[in-house]
Amino acid sequence: MTKATKYLLNTQELSIGYQGKNLVEVVAKNIHIQFQEGELIAVIGVNGSGKSTLIKSLSKIIQPIKGEVFIENININELNEKQLSNLISLVLTKQPISKQLKVHELIALGRHPYTNWIGMLTQEDKRMIQKAIQQVGISELKNKSCDELSDGQFQKVLIARALAQDTPLIILDEPTTHLDMYHKAQVLHLLKSIAASTKKCIVFASHEINLALKMCHQIVLVHEGKIIQGSPEELVQQKVLHQLFPENLIYFDETSKSFSVRV
Amino acid sequence: MKKTLPYLLLSLLLVVSFVTNISLGSVSIPLKDVLLQLVAISSEVEHFNYIITNYRLPKAITAILVGSGLGISGLLMQTLFRNPLAGPYVLGLSSGASLGVALLILGAGMFTSVLGGMIYSSWATVIAASLGSFLVLLLVMLMANKVKDTMSLLIIGLMLASLTSAVVGILAYFSPASNLQTYVFWSFGSLGNLQWNEVGILMASLFAGGLIALACLKNMNALLLGEKYAASLGVNIEKNRKLIILATSLLAGSITAFAGPIAFIGLAVPHIVRQFFKTNNHFVLFPCVILSGAILMLICDIVAQLPGYDFTLPINAITSVFGAPLVIWLLVRKKKMYF
Repeated sequence: MTKATKYLLNTQELSIGYQGKNLVEVVAKNIHIQFQEGELIAVIGVNGSGKSTLIKSLSKIIQPIKGEVFIENININELNEKQLSNLISLVLTKQPISKQLKVHELIALGRHPYTNWIGMLTQEDKRMIQKAIQQVGISELKNKSCDELSDGQFQKVLIARALAQDTPLIILDEPTTHLDMYHKAQVLHLLKSIAASTKKCIVFASHEINLALKMCHQIVLVHEGKIIQGSPEELVQQKVLHQLFPENLIYFDETSKSFSVRV
Repeated sequence: MKKTLPYLLLSLLLVVSFVTNISLGSVSIPLKDVLLQLVAISSEVEHFNYIITNYRLPKAITAILVGSGLGISGLLMQTLFRNPLAGPYVLGLSSGASLGVALLILGAGMFTSVLGGMIYSSWATVIAASLGSFLVLLLVMLMANKVKDTMSLLIIGLMLASLTSAVVGILAYFSPASNLQTYVFWSFGSLGNLQWNEVGILMASLFAGGLIALACLKNMNALLLGEKYAASLGVNIEKNRKLIILATSLLAGSITAFAGPIAFIGLAVPHIVRQFFKTNNHFVLFPCVILSGAILMLICDIVAQLPGYDFTLPINAITSVFGAPLVIWLLVRKKKMYF
């Protein structure tokens, strides 16, 4: 790969994990991944494989053990919080969000990095908020309070907030947990269409391996300390998916490109 | 128009309770004279003039400062810790002040005469209280540097509070009854002990604390999403946390130093305002908490001074007697807590 290829996000010699005083727990090492604009990318792996660790390291929530993360060829450690907030927006789970916020208030908080010290929304801010609401299709929820929403609706509101932040990269941690099958597919479909129409790069960690294989441009597979990136087809050809789960219970079916349970 | 109406109403209520507060007291002064005094700075009756300028006006202004200052510090703490039970004193500020004053009053009793003469000087109490809260604040700030987790800081504040109150308890156990009474009277809180120059100092430090709080409001709105989201929105979490702690210390610390550990107002006012205005936007809450805190404190002071009688009730008892049912009523009536 030449330097000429412009990546939205790439890593070099990245090792991720947790550092204590005398102990270093490496979750994965030698990570080389590259994301481009307009792509929908799923980070998949079994429980405890290190999906979240990777997501957190990419978004500078935790520091890597070794190596660098670059966004638009800038090392993220050279960026302060403010600059980073113009490049990455997050959708997280299990955060202590004040549920009495109105939907439009929560989405408006996405404009926080751009507003003045009293948080005044300019015409541009209002336009971006309106656009985000339309893209996610939640106009009818605008004036509701967040505690009146279902899990699926609330997830869309959080995605709209990230869109309002207007960053080239959106990172989502498990955006489909607690959702039923229909809403899981709906959220992923939404993310895919947003990636296509806005040219943003959308990265999400998920357990929904079957859905991810069908809907994403790129897959980042986190498995036993190794991280492999490729298109779904490439991963199938490399036969790396076969060992993901113990084969006596769950097997990978190449023809349908999906996992099934042995009965 | 719809947006400015609540502010106008609150301001009007503030003026009414301010004038009422000044016109009531052990000496009855006709409303006409009070208004004359407030507008023309002189009344026809000489001793009315004296009472108002030297007693009632500084007390009413102290009530306003105490109410708004404690309300704001309660709001800051509730948002910082995302906890509806937090108040201005969760970081142990009042316990620090109590320890300082206890050491002065009770400790002096134990080691007799040397400090004995100072006990009744109000400045000694103010300095002891300030030193006490400042030392606790220093300790909390040191911990804040070490501990990355905001919730641990809340527990540390509570631990420091019980530690200091234990020391106060030991001091009290060995103290003669007269000193104990002096200390207990201080701990009841008092709005009426301030001279004009003290009111000036209190006002200056509350202004400083208020300015810092004002600068934090935008980031406090981001904190409504939790610290991780706030960080992703460009908020420097640690710097913001320190600013909020500093503002609270300036506000609640100086109030405790001058007026004693006044309970309840700091916890209750933000809740009352949220129930009425149904918002979590700090740019709305901030002015409303200032106005409502001042109004509530003025009303509590009116009740405490028992119009027509010669003595006043402890302000600390009144704030709770008056405020607790109000908060309970608001919560029961709305069925849902707004936080």
